[in-house]
Amino acid sequence: MLQTKLTTLQSKEELTNLIAAEEKVAVCCGRMGPMCIPVYGIFEVYEEKYPEIKFRNMDFDTPDADIIKQLPECRGFNGLPFTVYYRNGKVVKATTSIQSAKQIKDIIDEVFA
Amino acid sequence: MDNEQQSYDLIIIGAGPAGLAAAIYTSRASLSTLVIDESMAGGQVKTTHQVANYPGFVDPIAGHELARNMRDQAARFGTRFELAAEISAIQLDKPEKTVTIDSTQYSTRNIILATGSSPRLLNVPGEIEYKGSGVSFCATCDGEFYKDKDVTVIGGGNSAMEESLLLLQMVKSLTVIHQFDELQAEKITANKVLNNPKTKILWSHEPREFIKSGEKMVTKAENLKTKEIVTLESDGIFIFAGMVPNTTLFKNSSLNLSEQGYILANENMETNLSGVYAAGDVRVKKYRQITTAISDGTIAALSIIQKR
Repeated sequence: MLQTKLTTLQSKEELTNLIAAEEKVAVCCGRMGPMCIPVYGIFEVYEEKYPEIKFRNMDFDTPDADIIKQLPECRGFNGLPFTVYYRNGKVVKATTSIQSAKQIKDIIDEVFA
Repeated sequence: MDNEQQSYDLIIIGAGPAGLAAAIYTSRASLSTLVIDESMAGGQVKTTHQVANYPGFVDPIAGHELARNMRDQAARFGTRFELAAEISAIQLDKPEKTVTIDSTQYSTRNIILATGSSPRLLNVPGEIEYKGSGVSFCATCDGEFYKDKDVTVIGGGNSAMEESLLLLQMVKSLTVIHQFDELQAEKITANKVLNNPKTKILWSHEPREFIKSGEKMVTKAENLKTKEIVTLESDGIFIFAGMVPNTTLFKNSSLNLSEQGYILANENMETNLSGVYAAGDVRVKKYRQITTAISDGTIAALSIIQKR
Protein backbone atom coordinates (compact mmCIF):
# COMPACT_ATOMS: atom_id res chain seq x y z
CA MET A 1 0.00 0.00 0.00
CA LEU A 2 1.27 3.45 -0.88
CA GLN A 3 1.25 5.65 2.21
CA THR A 4 1.03 9.10 0.67
CA LYS A 5 -1.48 11.93 0.60
CA LEU A 6 -1.99 11.42 -3.13
CA THR A 7 -5.00 9.59 -4.51
CA THR A 8 -3.92 6.09 -5.48
CA LEU A 9 -5.21 4.59 -8.71
CA GLN A 10 -6.53 1.13 -7.90
CA SER A 11 -7.22 -0.21 -11.39
CA LYS A 12 -6.60 0.16 -15.10
CA GLU A 13 -10.15 1.38 -15.50
CA GLU A 14 -9.59 4.21 -13.03
CA LEU A 15 -6.60 5.41 -15.01
CA THR A 16 -8.38 5.03 -18.34
CA ASN A 17 -11.39 6.98 -17.07
CA LEU A 18 -9.18 9.66 -15.53
CA ILE A 19 -7.17 10.38 -18.67
CA ALA A 20 -10.40 10.38 -20.70
CA ALA A 21 -12.00 12.93 -18.37
CA GLU A 22 -9.03 15.15 -17.51
CA GLU A 23 -6.74 17.06 -19.84
CA LYS A 24 -3.61 16.94 -17.68
CA VAL A 25 -2.69 13.88 -15.63
CA ALA A 26 0.57 12.81 -13.98
CA VAL A 27 0.95 9.30 -12.53
CA CYS A 28 3.86 8.10 -10.40
CA CYS A 29 3.96 4.29 -10.39
CA GLY A 30 6.24 2.91 -7.70
CA ARG A 31 6.68 1.50 -4.22
CA MET A 32 7.43 3.05 -0.83
CA GLY A 33 11.13 3.08 -1.69
CA PRO A 34 13.91 5.68 -1.54
CA MET A 35 13.65 6.65 -5.18
CA CYS A 36 9.84 6.87 -5.19
CA ILE A 37 9.04 8.67 -1.91
CA PRO A 38 10.60 12.00 -2.95
CA VAL A 39 8.57 12.01 -6.18
CA TYR A 40 5.31 11.36 -4.29
CA GLY A 41 6.26 14.22 -1.92
CA ILE A 42 6.90 16.62 -4.77
CA PHE A 43 3.60 15.56 -6.38
CA GLU A 44 1.85 16.34 -3.06
CA VAL A 45 3.30 19.86 -3.06
CA TYR A 46 2.55 20.39 -6.75
CA GLU A 47 -1.02 19.13 -6.33
CA GLU A 48 -1.70 22.41 -4.50
CA LYS A 49 0.43 24.53 -6.81
CA TYR A 50 -1.03 23.16 -10.07
CA PRO A 51 -4.72 22.43 -9.37
CA GLU A 52 -5.40 21.91 -13.09
CA ILE A 53 -3.16 18.83 -13.11
CA LYS A 54 -4.41 15.59 -11.60
CA PHE A 55 -1.50 14.02 -9.70
CA ARG A 56 -1.94 10.35 -8.83
CA ASN A 57 0.15 7.38 -7.78
CA MET A 58 -0.16 3.66 -8.48
CA ASP A 59 1.31 0.62 -6.73
CA PHE A 60 3.97 -0.88 -9.00
CA ASP A 61 3.14 -4.38 -7.72
CA THR A 62 -0.54 -4.37 -8.51
CA PRO A 63 -1.29 -6.38 -11.68
CA ASP A 64 -3.18 -3.40 -13.08
CA ALA A 65 0.08 -1.42 -13.09
CA ASP A 66 0.81 -3.23 -16.35
CA ILE A 67 -1.05 -0.36 -17.98
CA ILE A 68 1.98 1.78 -17.07
CA LYS A 69 4.75 -0.83 -17.22
CA GLN A 70 3.84 -1.99 -20.72
CA LEU A 71 3.68 1.43 -22.29
CA PRO A 72 6.08 1.72 -25.23
CA GLU A 73 7.35 4.91 -23.59
CA CYS A 74 8.46 2.85 -20.56
CA ARG A 75 10.35 0.26 -22.57
CA GLY A 76 13.88 -0.11 -21.24
CA PHE A 77 13.02 1.47 -17.91
CA ASN A 78 14.95 -0.24 -15.11
CA GLY A 79 14.50 2.24 -12.29
CA LEU A 80 11.59 3.01 -10.00
CA PRO A 81 9.38 4.95 -10.11
CA PHE A 82 7.94 5.04 -13.62
CA THR A 83 6.33 8.47 -13.95
CA VAL A 84 3.99 9.11 -16.85
CA TYR A 85 2.43 12.39 -17.97
CA TYR A 86 -0.78 12.30 -20.05
CA ARG A 87 -2.36 15.13 -21.98
CA ASN A 88 -5.75 14.66 -23.62
CA GLY A 89 -5.48 10.93 -23.03
CA LYS A 90 -2.08 10.52 -24.68
CA VAL A 91 1.34 9.94 -23.12
CA VAL A 92 3.39 13.09 -23.58
CA LYS A 93 6.34 12.23 -21.32
CA ALA A 94 7.62 9.31 -19.25
CA THR A 95 10.54 9.23 -16.85
CA THR A 96 12.32 6.49 -14.92
CA SER A 97 13.91 6.68 -11.46
CA ILE A 98 13.94 9.62 -9.05
CA GLN A 99 13.40 13.13 -10.35
CA SER A 100 14.03 16.40 -8.52
CA ALA A 101 11.37 19.06 -8.01
CA LYS A 102 13.10 21.16 -10.66
CA GLN A 103 13.09 18.31 -13.17
CA ILE A 104 9.38 17.70 -12.55
CA LYS A 105 8.61 21.41 -12.81
CA ASP A 106 10.52 21.59 -16.10
CA ILE A 107 8.49 18.67 -17.46
CA ILE A 108 5.24 20.30 -16.35
CA ASP A 109 6.27 23.54 -18.03
CA GLU A 110 7.21 21.60 -21.16
CA VAL A 111 4.24 19.29 -21.60
CA PHE A 112 1.38 21.02 -19.79
CA ALA A 113 2.03 24.66 -20.72
CA MET B 1 4.29 39.39 -11.57
CA ASP B 2 5.07 41.88 -8.76
CA ASN B 3 7.94 41.04 -6.45
CA GLU B 4 6.79 40.12 -2.97
CA GLN B 5 8.73 40.57 0.27
CA GLN B 6 8.22 38.53 3.42
CA SER B 7 10.09 38.80 6.70
CA TYR B 8 10.62 36.08 9.31
CA ASP B 9 12.38 35.85 12.68
CA LEU B 10 14.12 32.74 11.36
CA ILE B 11 14.58 31.02 8.04
CA ILE B 12 15.74 27.42 7.94
CA ILE B 13 17.16 26.02 4.71
CA GLY B 14 16.59 22.27 4.71
CA ALA B 15 13.66 20.27 6.04
CA GLY B 16 15.52 17.25 7.36
CA PRO B 17 15.61 16.29 11.04
CA ALA B 18 18.01 19.14 11.97
CA GLY B 19 15.87 21.79 10.30
CA LEU B 20 12.58 20.38 11.57
CA ALA B 21 13.85 20.03 15.15
CA ALA B 22 14.96 23.66 15.07
CA ALA B 23 11.60 24.70 13.62
CA ILE B 24 9.69 22.91 16.39
CA TYR B 25 11.68 24.77 19.06
CA THR B 26 11.57 28.23 17.49
CA SER B 27 7.90 28.03 16.49
CA ARG B 28 6.99 26.98 20.02
CA ALA B 29 8.97 29.98 21.24
CA SER B 30 6.77 32.19 19.01
CA LEU B 31 9.48 33.02 16.50
CA SER B 32 7.99 33.28 13.04
CA THR B 33 9.77 30.44 11.24
CA LEU B 34 9.98 29.55 7.57
CA VAL B 35 11.44 26.22 6.42
CA ILE B 36 12.57 26.00 2.81
CA ASP B 37 13.53 22.80 1.00
CA GLU B 38 14.11 21.97 -2.64
CA SER B 39 12.31 18.66 -2.14
CA MET B 40 9.73 17.43 0.34
CA ALA B 41 10.28 17.44 4.11
CA GLY B 42 12.33 14.73 5.78
CA GLY B 43 15.81 14.84 4.33
CA GLN B 44 17.47 11.44 4.12
CA VAL B 45 15.16 10.05 6.80
CA LYS B 46 12.18 10.05 4.45
CA THR B 47 13.91 7.52 2.22
CA THR B 48 15.12 5.28 5.04
CA HIS B 49 13.18 2.04 5.00
CA GLN B 50 12.96 1.51 8.77
CA VAL B 51 14.39 3.57 11.63
CA ALA B 52 15.07 1.34 14.62
CA ASN B 53 17.45 3.45 16.72
CA TYR B 54 15.44 6.62 17.22
CA PRO B 55 14.41 6.82 20.89
CA GLY B 56 10.73 6.70 21.73
CA PHE B 57 9.66 4.07 19.21
CA VAL B 58 9.63 0.54 20.59
CA ASP B 59 9.09 -0.90 17.13
CA PRO B 60 10.94 0.38 14.07
CA ILE B 61 9.18 3.24 12.32
CA ALA B 62 9.18 3.81 8.55
CA GLY B 63 11.46 6.72 7.68
CA HIS B 64 8.80 8.50 5.65
CA GLU B 65 6.38 8.25 8.57
CA LEU B 66 8.91 9.67 11.04
CA ALA B 67 9.66 12.50 8.59
CA ARG B 68 5.97 13.26 8.14
CA ASN B 69 5.44 13.30 11.90
CA MET B 70 8.30 15.77 12.36
CA ARG B 71 6.94 18.06 9.66
CA ASP B 72 3.39 17.90 11.00
CA GLN B 73 4.66 18.60 14.51
CA ALA B 74 6.49 21.73 13.32
CA ALA B 75 3.46 22.83 11.29
CA ARG B 76 1.23 22.40 14.34
CA PHE B 77 3.34 24.98 16.19
CA GLY B 78 3.03 27.41 13.29
CA THR B 79 6.08 26.72 11.12
CA ARG B 80 5.53 27.79 7.51
CA PHE B 81 6.92 25.66 4.70
CA GLU B 82 8.12 26.37 1.19
CA LEU B 83 8.73 22.87 -0.19
CA ALA B 84 9.80 21.76 -3.68
CA ALA B 85 11.19 25.28 -3.88
CA GLU B 86 13.93 26.45 -6.17
CA ILE B 87 16.14 29.06 -4.49
CA SER B 88 17.36 31.46 -7.14
CA ALA B 89 19.45 33.68 -4.82
CA ILE B 90 20.68 33.69 -1.25
CA GLN B 91 22.57 36.40 0.62
CA LEU B 92 24.18 35.50 3.96
CA ASP B 93 26.91 38.08 4.52
CA LYS B 94 24.82 41.10 5.54
CA PRO B 95 22.95 41.38 8.87
CA GLU B 96 19.66 41.10 6.95
CA LYS B 97 19.84 37.76 5.13
CA THR B 98 17.67 37.15 2.07
CA VAL B 99 16.46 34.10 0.20
CA THR B 100 14.72 34.45 -3.16
CA ILE B 101 12.25 31.90 -4.53
CA ASP B 102 10.48 32.73 -7.78
CA SER B 103 9.33 36.34 -7.37
CA THR B 104 9.34 36.32 -3.56
CA GLN B 105 12.19 37.57 -1.43
CA TYR B 106 12.26 36.26 2.15
CA SER B 107 14.33 38.14 4.71
CA THR B 108 15.54 37.39 8.23
CA ARG B 109 18.29 38.23 10.70
CA ASN B 110 18.77 34.56 11.65
CA ILE B 111 19.22 31.65 9.30
CA ILE B 112 19.97 27.99 9.93
CA LEU B 113 21.65 26.06 7.14
CA ALA B 114 20.54 22.44 7.41
CA THR B 115 20.85 21.31 3.83
CA GLY B 116 22.34 17.91 4.65
CA SER B 117 24.33 15.82 2.21
CA SER B 118 23.58 13.95 -1.00
CA PRO B 119 24.96 10.91 -2.80
CA ARG B 120 28.16 11.77 -4.61
CA LEU B 121 27.99 11.72 -8.39
CA LEU B 122 30.97 10.43 -10.36
CA ASN B 123 30.47 13.13 -12.99
CA VAL B 124 31.36 10.81 -15.83
CA PRO B 125 29.55 10.60 -19.20
CA GLY B 126 26.53 8.30 -19.14
CA GLU B 127 25.93 8.48 -15.39
CA ILE B 128 22.92 10.79 -15.58
CA GLU B 129 21.91 9.99 -19.16
CA TYR B 130 21.23 6.33 -18.33
CA LYS B 131 19.80 6.81 -14.85
CA GLY B 132 16.95 4.33 -14.59
CA SER B 133 17.76 2.63 -17.87
CA GLY B 134 21.01 0.92 -16.98
CA VAL B 135 22.40 3.07 -14.17
CA SER B 136 20.89 2.87 -10.70
CA PHE B 137 21.58 4.32 -7.27
CA CYS B 138 19.35 1.98 -5.24
CA ALA B 139 19.57 -1.81 -5.03
CA THR B 140 16.41 -2.09 -2.96
CA CYS B 141 14.46 -0.20 -5.60
CA ASP B 142 15.89 -1.56 -8.83
CA GLY B 143 17.67 -4.82 -7.97
CA GLU B 144 14.81 -6.99 -9.18
CA PHE B 145 15.20 -5.65 -12.72
CA TYR B 146 18.55 -7.44 -12.76
CA LYS B 147 17.50 -10.86 -11.50
CA ASP B 148 19.91 -13.52 -12.85
CA LYS B 149 21.85 -10.84 -14.69
CA ASP B 150 25.36 -9.39 -14.45
CA VAL B 151 25.80 -6.12 -12.61
CA THR B 152 28.62 -3.74 -11.84
CA VAL B 153 28.87 -1.93 -8.51
CA ILE B 154 30.89 1.26 -8.17
CA GLY B 155 32.22 1.94 -4.68
CA GLY B 156 33.71 0.18 -1.69
CA GLY B 157 32.18 1.90 1.33
CA ASN B 158 29.47 0.69 3.67
CA SER B 159 26.60 1.64 1.38
CA ALA B 160 28.20 -0.06 -1.61
CA MET B 161 28.78 -3.29 0.30
CA GLU B 162 25.38 -3.35 2.02
CA GLU B 163 23.65 -2.79 -1.32
CA SER B 164 25.93 -5.41 -2.93
CA LEU B 165 24.81 -7.98 -0.37
CA LEU B 166 21.24 -7.32 -1.37
CA LEU B 167 22.06 -7.56 -5.07
CA LEU B 168 23.95 -10.83 -4.58
CA GLN B 169 20.67 -12.45 -3.57
CA MET B 170 19.30 -11.74 -7.03
CA VAL B 171 22.00 -11.36 -9.65
CA LYS B 172 24.08 -13.88 -11.58
CA SER B 173 27.34 -12.00 -11.04
CA LEU B 174 28.50 -8.80 -9.41
CA THR B 175 31.69 -6.93 -10.23
CA VAL B 176 32.86 -4.27 -7.82
CA ILE B 177 34.95 -1.43 -9.20
CA HIS B 178 36.85 0.30 -6.43
CA GLN B 179 39.47 3.02 -6.52
CA PHE B 180 41.61 1.60 -3.70
CA ASP B 181 43.36 -1.71 -2.97
CA GLU B 182 41.00 -2.52 -0.13
CA LEU B 183 37.38 -1.88 0.70
CA GLN B 184 36.51 0.95 3.09
CA ALA B 185 33.39 -0.80 4.36
CA GLU B 186 33.20 -2.53 7.74
CA LYS B 187 35.12 -5.79 7.48
CA ILE B 188 32.18 -8.04 8.38
CA THR B 189 30.06 -6.70 5.51
CA ALA B 190 32.97 -6.42 3.08
CA ASN B 191 34.01 -10.02 3.71
CA LYS B 192 30.52 -11.31 3.04
CA VAL B 193 30.65 -9.66 -0.37
CA LEU B 194 34.23 -10.70 -1.14
CA ASN B 195 33.62 -14.30 -0.11
CA ASN B 196 30.54 -14.69 -2.29
CA PRO B 197 31.42 -16.81 -5.37
CA LYS B 198 29.38 -14.46 -7.58
CA THR B 199 31.65 -11.52 -6.72
CA LYS B 200 34.53 -10.26 -8.83
CA ILE B 201 36.49 -7.14 -8.04
CA LEU B 202 38.54 -4.61 -9.97
CA TRP B 203 40.91 -2.96 -7.48
CA SER B 204 42.40 0.47 -8.12
CA HIS B 205 40.08 1.29 -10.97
CA GLU B 206 37.84 4.27 -11.55
CA PRO B 207 35.00 4.54 -14.06
CA ARG B 208 35.56 7.03 -16.84
CA GLU B 209 32.46 6.48 -18.98
CA PHE B 210 29.23 4.48 -19.17
CA ILE B 211 27.92 3.55 -22.60
CA LYS B 212 24.69 1.83 -23.62
CA SER B 213 25.22 -0.95 -26.13
CA GLY B 214 21.91 -2.53 -27.07
CA GLU B 215 20.47 -3.93 -23.83
CA LYS B 216 23.89 -3.96 -22.16
CA MET B 217 25.84 -1.31 -20.29
CA VAL B 218 29.53 -0.86 -20.96
CA THR B 219 31.82 0.58 -18.29
CA LYS B 220 35.13 2.04 -19.31
CA ALA B 221 37.36 2.07 -16.24
CA GLU B 222 40.90 3.30 -15.76
CA ASN B 223 43.48 1.30 -13.89
CA LEU B 224 44.84 3.99 -11.58
CA LYS B 225 48.26 2.35 -11.42
CA THR B 226 48.89 1.52 -15.08
CA LYS B 227 46.52 4.12 -16.63
CA GLU B 228 45.21 1.33 -18.86
CA ILE B 229 41.50 1.58 -19.79
CA VAL B 230 39.54 -1.64 -19.41
CA THR B 231 36.07 -2.29 -20.80
CA LEU B 232 33.50 -4.18 -18.78
CA GLU B 233 30.09 -5.23 -20.07
CA SER B 234 27.15 -5.89 -17.74
CA ASP B 235 23.38 -5.54 -17.63
CA GLY B 236 23.32 -2.74 -15.08
CA ILE B 237 25.51 -0.42 -13.05
CA PHE B 238 24.89 0.51 -9.43
CA ILE B 239 26.70 3.57 -8.11
CA PHE B 240 27.39 4.12 -4.39
CA ALA B 241 30.21 6.64 -4.21
CA GLY B 242 29.69 8.22 -0.81
CA MET B 243 28.12 11.50 0.18
CA VAL B 244 28.86 15.19 -0.41
CA PRO B 245 27.61 18.20 1.59
CA ASN B 246 24.92 20.30 -0.03
CA THR B 247 26.74 23.62 0.09
CA THR B 248 26.72 24.69 -3.56
CA LEU B 249 24.02 27.22 -2.71
CA PHE B 250 26.42 29.08 -0.41
CA LYS B 251 29.44 29.19 -2.69
CA ASN B 252 29.16 32.95 -3.23
CA SER B 253 29.10 33.71 0.50
CA SER B 254 32.00 34.16 2.93
CA LEU B 255 30.96 31.08 4.87
CA ASN B 256 33.90 29.06 6.22
CA LEU B 257 33.93 25.53 4.85
CA SER B 258 36.22 22.57 5.46
CA GLU B 259 38.39 21.15 2.69
CA GLN B 260 35.64 18.62 2.02
CA GLY B 261 33.06 21.39 1.74
CA TYR B 262 31.31 20.93 5.09
CA ILE B 263 30.32 24.04 7.08
CA LEU B 264 32.44 24.91 10.10
CA ALA B 265 30.38 25.77 13.19
CA ASN B 266 31.09 26.12 16.91
CA GLU B 267 29.34 24.27 19.74
CA ASN B 268 26.41 26.72 19.53
CA MET B 269 26.15 25.90 15.81
CA GLU B 270 27.27 29.45 14.94
CA THR B 271 29.26 29.85 11.74
CA ASN B 272 31.78 32.60 11.03
CA LEU B 273 28.93 34.79 9.71
CA SER B 274 26.83 36.61 12.29
CA GLY B 275 23.27 35.27 12.43
CA VAL B 276 24.13 32.23 10.28
CA TYR B 277 23.96 28.81 11.93
CA ALA B 278 24.65 25.32 10.59
CA ALA B 279 23.03 22.09 11.77
CA GLY B 280 22.95 18.44 10.79
CA ASP B 281 24.94 16.52 8.20
CA VAL B 282 26.05 19.66 6.36
CA ARG B 283 28.41 20.74 9.15
CA VAL B 284 31.78 19.33 10.11
CA LYS B 285 31.17 16.60 12.68
CA LYS B 286 32.18 13.06 13.48
CA TYR B 287 28.83 11.29 13.68
CA ARG B 288 25.99 11.83 11.22
CA GLN B 289 22.85 10.31 12.68
CA ILE B 290 19.21 11.40 12.99
CA THR B 291 19.76 11.90 16.71
CA THR B 292 22.86 14.07 16.23
CA ALA B 293 21.05 16.14 13.58
CA ILE B 294 18.16 16.67 16.01
CA SER B 295 20.71 17.73 18.63
CA ASP B 296 22.32 20.25 16.25
CA GLY B 297 18.94 21.68 15.28
CA THR B 298 17.91 22.03 18.92
CA ILE B 299 21.15 23.80 19.88
CA ALA B 300 20.93 26.19 16.92
CA ALA B 301 17.31 26.99 17.79
CA LEU B 302 18.05 27.59 21.47
CA SER B 303 21.04 29.79 20.58
CA ILE B 304 18.73 31.95 18.49
CA ILE B 305 15.90 31.97 21.04
CA GLN B 306 18.28 33.08 23.80
CA LYS B 307 19.46 36.06 21.74
CA ARG B 308 16.00 37.64 21.86
